Amino acid sequence: MKHTLVALMQDHPGVLNRVSSLFRRRGFNIESLSVGHTETPGISRMTIVIDSTDTSVEQVSKQLYRLIEVLKVSDVTADPNVSRELVMLKVHAPASRRAEISSLADVFEAKIVDVAHDSLMLELTAGPDKVDNFVELVRPFGIREMVRTGRVAMVRGSNTHSAESYVRSA
Amino acid sequence: MSETRSGAQIMCEALIREGVEVMFGYPGGAIMPFYHALPEYPALHHVLVRHEQAAGHAAEGYARASGKVGVCVATSGPGATNLVTAIADAMMDSVPMVAITGQVAAQFIGKDAFQETDVTGITQPITKHNYLVTDVNDIAYVMKEAFHIARSGRPGPVLVDIAKNAIVARTTPQWPDKVNLPGYKPNYEGNRRQIREAIKLINDAKKPLILAGRGIQLSGAFAELRELAERTGIPVITTLHGIGAFPENHPLALGMPGMHGWVHNNRAIQECDLLLNLGSRFDDRVTGKTSSFAPNAKIVHVDIDPSEIGKNIRVDVPIVGDVQNVLRAMLEELPARDATEWVRHIHAIRDQHIQKQQYNRPDTDMFMPHDVFAAFTRIVNERGPYRVCTDVGQHQMWAAQLIDWIHPHSHITSGGLGTMGFALPAAMGAQFAQPGETVWAIAGDGGIQMNIQELATIVQEQLPIKIAIINNGYLGMVRQWQELFHDRRYSATPMWSPDFVKVADAYGIPGMRVTHQSQVEDAINAAYETPGPMLLEFQVEREANVFPMVAPGASISDMITETPALTTV
Repeated sequence: MKHTLVALMQDHPGVLNRVSSLFRRRGFNIESLSVGHTETPGISRMTIVIDSTDTSVEQVSKQLYRLIEVLKVSDVTADPNVSRELVMLKVHAPASRRAEISSLADVFEAKIVDVAHDSLMLELTAGPDKVDNFVELVRPFGIREMVRTGRVAMVRGSNTHSAESYVRSA
Repeated sequence: MSETRSGAQIMCEALIREGVEVMFGYPGGAIMPFYHALPEYPALHHVLVRHEQAAGHAAEGYARASGKVGVCVATSGPGATNLVTAIADAMMDSVPMVAITGQVAAQFIGKDAFQETDVTGITQPITKHNYLVTDVNDIAYVMKEAFHIARSGRPGPVLVDIAKNAIVARTTPQWPDKVNLPGYKPNYEGNRRQIREAIKLINDAKKPLILAGRGIQLSGAFAELRELAERTGIPVITTLHGIGAFPENHPLALGMPGMHGWVHNNRAIQECDLLLNLGSRFDDRVTGKTSSFAPNAKIVHVDIDPSEIGKNIRVDVPIVGDVQNVLRAMLEELPARDATEWVRHIHAIRDQHIQKQQYNRPDTDMFMPHDVFAAFTRIVNERGPYRVCTDVGQHQMWAAQLIDWIHPHSHITSGGLGTMGFALPAAMGAQFAQPGETVWAIAGDGGIQMNIQELATIVQEQLPIKIAIINNGYLGMVRQWQELFHDRRYSATPMWSPDFVKVADAYGIPGMRVTHQSQVEDAINAAYETPGPMLLEFQVEREANVFPMVAPGASISDMITETPALTTV
């Protein structure tokens, strides 16, 4: 089963390296990892997706806590949450097939962000399943290039995984 | 108005503020400005070692014998990489240590400068935390954090790599009152509900067993462990690093479990219905094959490091906290009980397997290593306070098995990493920590030669360390595995050694060679009666083995207790 962990950490030089090195040396198998700023300066947020059939989610969380800069690790899998990934695709698109691709993009609410004489660049931000489906439906047209980000997640409702409290305690 | 200080002066003043009295190190280019400032601070005694690895192990020996943070210092590049083994050793054995390394000046970092290595990168997996400091204004708070992290929670090594420009630069130091580490909050108090759950299991168990580890020593829970055992009658097994946690002359003491543990202990683990793990991390040398470890037991695991719980062995009642606090809370509510029948049962197994074999000494006229330890345990325990630092290999296991360990922190060894060359430099640190005690370094002929250069440090610092070399002319433990599991093919294990007594003599250390059982007592007594350091070389039977033994990867139910008869191929 796929688990989504959200980790808040101090934005120090080398902290991403500490996390990735930890995963490597403990043999943790990570499906995706994405990191970026939070609402609070100095604090980064990491979203980590793990397949719990081969890696212990509890050990990942506990080992992350051993890193001095890690402030909070939450498994949000069971919480109602919004998960998003972003994909950009450069698709083979001669004039004869553009309409077809364009209408497929409309159905998925994907954007056409660049047009060249025989290709289109598409952009989609969506849940991971929807991104998967979109990529599969576009594939027969001929994908020339694809880039896909790791997942980011946020729990629904007014409860927060805010970084603010860690700054105040600091 | 406060004066400005150089980074080097701030480093020295920070060390004094942290209570440091002695450090072990070796100067070099990048760290030189620190050494330039050092003579201004006579409160800091610096010990010049002969190799940086020894500085690390000496800092460990100091920490292990005093409970305080050990400090080692090295320059950038090779100086720092030579510390790596000792840092890894400290990480595996939870030893509080601060390693300070010089780094090339900030503008040269990343340029493959002379004697530049990425030491924070190299040591990242083997430190509890590490720092690269490039600004003189960061030195004061980083030093404070480093010592705080090293000594609190589950102790461990912290490396502070300071760029030369920061060591040279001047500033007005801002000494912080407290550390600011929002992500680091060790949990010292055990959860009350979990503790009550454990108490219930203790009351209900028919065959309960205590497994005491290094956590008992680190938290100082000696009296609490004793009270727990005596109130409940539960017998106590001590791991290699639990040696000293519970006196072995106590009627409830059972000694060591695991790969070279006693048969009765491994049997007791396999039979018990409750295993109380107090501050041990279920190392594979204790558990053997994990899937068949303690199959009938409910397991309570007390550890200050939550990541240890459930890492190797399934746990029924996890308790995260300082084991002394947890035991105190437990003892507030724990009723007395009795386990006499169960203890009698374990003792019956023990009587079958140990006493008949005189501590497993084979019946032979040869000079066995067992004879050395039999005399050693008697004399050492009569002669007053002591610390024994052992190296790694057969002698380490014989020492653990055959010495009657009574006192807390008296046994100092490299357990987790198994670092040959540990004993001699560790003994230097232990002697600084306990100047009034007799400090022994016991090593094999292999291990002693890994850091034998430290004899010079011992002489220069006038340390009265007593050195015992158990010389069997082999890398004995590897040879034993070759004998038992690799068709007696003694590949790369026969070892020529110099005349150790002459080597000692060259350093100005008196030495004595012992080749017969009848000379052992006199030699050990001579070491006590000779002022200053002394080296004893025991030339023992070459192919003696450590038994009992569990084959690597096997279940602890399957113990080898003697060399199998040779089969002809």
